[in-house]
Order: sequence, then C-alpha cells, then structure tokens
Amino acid sequence: MITSFLPLVAAVLFAIGAIGVLIRRNAIVILMCIELMLNAVNLTFASYAYELRSMAGHVFIFFVMTVAAAEAAVGLGIVIAVFRKRQSADVDDVNLMRW
Amino acid sequence: MLSLLYLIPLLPLAGFVINGLLGKRFLPKWAISAVACGTVLLAFLLSLGAVFSLNNLDSVASVRGVLEVDPAAQRVTLTVAQWLAGGTGANGAVFTIPWGFTLDPLSAVMLLVVTGVGFLIHVYSVGYMAHEEGYWRYFAYLNLFMSMMLTLVLGSSFPVMFVGWEGVGLCSYLLIGFDYPKDSAADAGRKAFIVNRIGDMAFILAMSWIFASLGSLGFTQAMARVGKLAPSAAAGIGLLLFIGACGKSAQIPLYVWLPDAMAGPTPVSALIHAATMVTAGVYMVCRCSALYLQGPAALTVVAVVGALTALLAATMALRQNDIKKVLAYSTVSQLGYMFLAAGVGAFSAAIFHLMTHAFFKALLFLGSGSVIHAMSGEQDLRKMGGLKKFLGVTYPTFLIATLAIAGIPGLSGFFSKDEILWKALGHENRYGLGGTWFWIAGVAAAGLTTFYMFRLVFLAFFGEGRMDEETKHHIHESPKVMTIPLMVLAVLSVVGGWVGIPKSLSFGADLNRFEHFLAPVFEPAAAEEAHAAASLADGSMAGHEAGSGMGLEYLLMLATLGAVAVGFVLAYRFYRSRPEIPQRLAGRFPTLGNLLANKYYVDELYDAILVQPYWRLCDFLSAFDKKFIDGLVNAVGAFTEVCSQFIKLFQTGQVRRYALWFMLGAIALLWYLV
Repeated sequence: MITSFLPLVAAVLFAIGAIGVLIRRNAIVILMCIELMLNAVNLTFASYAYELRSMAGHVFIFFVMTVAAAEAAVGLGIVIAVFRKRQSADVDDVNLMRW
Repeated sequence: MLSLLYLIPLLPLAGFVINGLLGKRFLPKWAISAVACGTVLLAFLLSLGAVFSLNNLDSVASVRGVLEVDPAAQRVTLTVAQWLAGGTGANGAVFTIPWGFTLDPLSAVMLLVVTGVGFLIHVYSVGYMAHEEGYWRYFAYLNLFMSMMLTLVLGSSFPVMFVGWEGVGLCSYLLIGFDYPKDSAADAGRKAFIVNRIGDMAFILAMSWIFASLGSLGFTQAMARVGKLAPSAAAGIGLLLFIGACGKSAQIPLYVWLPDAMAGPTPVSALIHAATMVTAGVYMVCRCSALYLQGPAALTVVAVVGALTALLAATMALRQNDIKKVLAYSTVSQLGYMFLAAGVGAFSAAIFHLMTHAFFKALLFLGSGSVIHAMSGEQDLRKMGGLKKFLGVTYPTFLIATLAIAGIPGLSGFFSKDEILWKALGHENRYGLGGTWFWIAGVAAAGLTTFYMFRLVFLAFFGEGRMDEETKHHIHESPKVMTIPLMVLAVLSVVGGWVGIPKSLSFGADLNRFEHFLAPVFEPAAAEEAHAAASLADGSMAGHEAGSGMGLEYLLMLATLGAVAVGFVLAYRFYRSRPEIPQRLAGRFPTLGNLLANKYYVDELYDAILVQPYWRLCDFLSAFDKKFIDGLVNAVGAFTEVCSQFIKLFQTGQVRRYALWFMLGAIALLWYLV
C-alpha cells in the first residue's frame, strides 16, 4: 500500500515540530513548528480517510486548516505586539507571568 | 368578671409597653407614674372582682373550650388561645398547651397579694425613685414584672407558669442590675440570673418527666392522674421541681443570690425579693401538693431543707451590718418556714405564712427604704441610731412589722408561724425524722428572728445617732406618697393574720377561714394531714383526751413565745442596755463570730469548689483552643504554604517550559491509556 508509510512520515513531522517548539526561542519559528505539527496531524487524517474510504477525515482537515489560519493570524499579532513592546521576538524574554 | 381574667396579666404588660416605648422621650414623670400605678391598680380591682365571683360559681355558665367552671373545686379555667400544639408523645399523649389562666382559691390568694402589695410598692416607688435616673426604665421593668408574676400565678399549666417563672427571673435580673454602671449591681444581677438557671434546668426536666409519665402538663389534668404514679417517680419529679423552687425561692443550697440581690433599688427588694417572686417556689410546691403527697420522700426533703434554711439563714442575719442584708437573710429564713410548712403537708399554712410575710416583709423593706432615704443613701446600721425622733411614720410602722415578724400575739406573723409550728410538731413521716426536730428548728429560728430584728430596730432607731453631721442635718421623714403605703401595709400586717385564727384561740369557734377557703385545693393534703395527726394521737399521746391536743397547742404557743421573749431580752441587753456585750462575746468566741459574720463562708466555699474550678476549666479550654485547635488550623495553612513553595517553582513564566510539561503530560497520558 502506498499510504502505509504516510502515518510514519506524519509522526516524524510531528516530532520535528514538537522538538522545534521546545528548543527554539524565536516566536516566529515556534509558530512555524506549530504549523508543522498541525499539518502532520492533517496528513494522518488524510491518509486514514483515504484508506478507510471515509469523508470524515477530509472534513476534519478543513477544520484544522481554518483553525490553523486563525491561530497563525492571532499568534503573529501577538508576536508583533510583543516585538513593538520590547524589540525582541524571543519567547524567553516574555516571562512576566511568574511568581 | 371571670371572662376578663386574661386582662389581669395583660394590663401591666400594656403599661410596660407604653412606658418602655414612650417613657424615655415623650412621657413626663407624672404620666409614667400614672400609667405604671394605674394599670396595676386596675389589675388589682379586676382581681378583687374575679375572686369575689369565685364564691358563687354555680351561676357562671361554662363555655366549652373557653371558660371551664368547676364549682366543686372552686376552679375556673379561661383558655385564651392555643399556644403550643405539638405531636404525639411516646405514651400516646397529645402535646397541646393552651394559653390558659386558672383561678382557684390558691391562685386567688396569690393574685390578691401580688396585685395588692404590688400596687402599694408601685405607689411607694413614685416617691422613692423620684430623683433617680432612668425613671421610665424602672417603671417599665416593674410593670413587666407584675405581668410575668401574674402569668406565673394564673398559668393553667406548667409551661405557662414557666413563662412567668422565667419572666420574673428576667425582671429580677434587670432590676437588681438597675444601677448597672456600678459593677457590684451588675455582678449581683448576673449572680441571681445564673443561680436561678440551675433551678430552671431542674424545672424543665421535671416538666418533661411529668409529660412523659402523666401525659399532660395542665395542672388540673396532671394532678388528677397523679395517683397512678409510682411513689419513687413522684418523688423524683417532686425533687426536680423542688430544685427549681430552691433557685427561685432562695433555699439552701441556692440561696446565695438573694443577699446580693439587695444591690437593686429598695422597693424592688420589697416587691420581688421579699413579697412576691421569691415566694413563687412555695406557690409551685403547693400547686403540686397532690404530686408531693404521692411521693412523700420528696416532701421530707422539702421539710428538711426548709427547716435548715430557716435556722441557718436566721443565724446568718445575726451579724450583718447592712440594714437590707439583715432583711434579706430574714427573707431566706422565712421562706424556709414556708417550705417547712409545705414539707410537713401543711400547704395552707405555707400559703398563709406566704401572705402574712408578704405584708410585713414588704413593710420592713419599704421602711428600710424610707430609712435609707432619710440617711442620704447610707445602709450601714453602725452609722445609724436615734432615728426614732426624726421618722414619725416610718418608726411606728417599722416597729409593727418587727413585732409581726417576731410573732407577737395578735399580729399576723403570730398566727401563721404558730400554725406552721403546730403542724410541724404533729408531723410524722416514715423516715423516723419526727416532727419534734422540725418544731425545735422552727422555735429556734423564731427566737433568732426576734433577736436580729430587734437588734436592727435598736441599732437604727434607738440610742445616739452615729452618722456624721452632714447626714444628720439632712434627715427627714419621707413624703406622703411613701408613708401612706407604709401605713396601709402596717394595718395589713396587724389584721392580715385574723383570717386564720386557730381554733384554740377562738374559744372553739371555727374562725380559720383561710384554711377553709383553700380547702378545695388542698383536700387530699388535708386528708393526709388528718392521718398524720391521728397517728400522732395513737403514738406519743396515747390515752389522752381529745382536748389534750388543744392543751398541747397552748403549751407550744407558750414555748414559742418564750423563745421570742428570750430573743427580745437578749437583743435589748446586747444593743440597748449593755452594748459592750457583743464585742466581748465576739472576743470570747472568735471562731463562731467570724463564722457568722462571714455567713459560714458559703460564698467563699462556692467560689472555691465551683467558680474557681470553672475558671480553671475555662483557662484550660481557652489554652486548648489557642494551642491545639488554632494549631491545627495553622498547621493546615503551613502545609499548604510548603506545598505551594514547591509548586510555584513550575511557574517560571517561560512558555517553552510550559509546553515541555504539557507535552510530557500528554505522553504520560497516552502511555497510561494505550
């Protein structure tokens, strides 16, 4: 089956995205990594939807894409606001909310 | 008239409401006095009317559920409203308490004494309190007291009586502490209230027991069913009721509050702590006479406590220097007499003495109030003397009251005291405690009473004045509004006893109208008494003629008079002709002297065995609360803080750190689920 390796690809993509979120400090890159994770999920949906001949997975992909677009818009907005405030896009600099 | 019975307690209550709400701001003094005295006078007139219509009950028609008339028992019960309607008891009895008032010969006597003497004292107070702060407050409390006392007397069931019982206790507390900015007055009020609580607790327990075993709390119904009660149960109930009576009527061991209660204004001492409230216990015991006769053990306890109180309180009065304290111990002692009478089954004698005592003791207190008034507030007998020539009305009336309480023949106290002593001697019980002992205690108390009363008279009215010049200059007889009640009470103190003249003194004519009047209430008691007298005749006086009983009665009267004479002569020698004797005696018997002067150290004893341990318990509980309970609460707080110290380490503010934990959490969850 041509699709049998696709979940594996998706898992690798997801892991790359997750590790990126954890180790990168630039907010833009973190947002990009989140996109990567979301698209890994989308890939999983698509491959299983194809395999199981079900439309539900495809529909879910569109939902995820919509949410991801909204998330990217809000996330970039926050990044810009933060950058204007402190001339930095480093998430470790944004640490006012602590004890 | 009888259907207006409910107005008798209600009128003074209206006076209380008017004076209490409007007295401070809107009413002038004359209006306050008019409302206070007027309502009590109306209550007195209504009582007179009601008592007189008790004579021809046959013409009064019963109204079912409202006015129940029992001509045979001379009893009328007026039900105003349903009060408590509870469930069904374990024995199937339905718990319903109507708000009812009963008028029978017993409550009639109390009714007339309370409203009559109460009215005189109200009038007297107008003069006595004229210059005091809180005039409206005083009369409002006094009216509330009258209302509660009348509820107590007229109540047709134990709970209604208990309402009055608690109400008079409250008024007693309020009026003892009338001068509340003074610590001593406030403390005395609290002491009276707390000591009374002990008795009230027993009263409540007795009520519960009565309902559980007799199925009703109405006097008429409960007393009618007393016969089916086991003697031990009857004695148990009787003892609990008697503990209640001990608290209210200041009997050993709960008498300690009454001497302190003298911190209240003097008319209050006359009304509440001499004439009416403190006799409520005697009234209650007499009201339950059938119950007590069913449990004779309780009756014996009543007699023993009464006799002991009569004797010991009389000795405590011997060395008091406060004019009101002497009278206070005298009251305790005379109340002991009444309980002695009730305890030997002579209930009508107890009520008789209650009535005469109300007259002469109210007079003594009001007279002492007049003396204190004249002395610019001085109460110490050692600083009085020679007041005879200044107080033209107070002195003779006070002397009459003294003669009456001493039991000089012809005055009221003689007849009632004589009847009690005669009944006490004739008393026999199954505990081998012969009436002779009761009689000896009574006669000794009579002698002591004469001694301390004449000591008071000699110290206050005779000899040289020992007050300072300033006070001496101000001595004046009290205004008419105070002296007229004194005169009325003096007349009553003389003639009050004439309603109960014993057979032996009326040449065989049956003039003891008082006993006949009360007979419908105490019929079973009378039967028991006759039995006791018969057994006495069988035993100690076997073989004598019936007339010898009368000869014995003369002999007893002579013996009592002898004791009285000894008391008088000793008082005369000690405080008139040879004033150095008391000092010498105190020097010779220092232990006894100190014992008497300090009232047997009973207050100190109570302090040591009750109050101090209680304080220590409180200290312990306070420490327990502060150290243990608070410690527990603080430990919880400290634990929470330690935990949060640890957990707050996670809140770094770094989003990537949160993401890491989030992810680890997600992995852990997956691990767990899959």
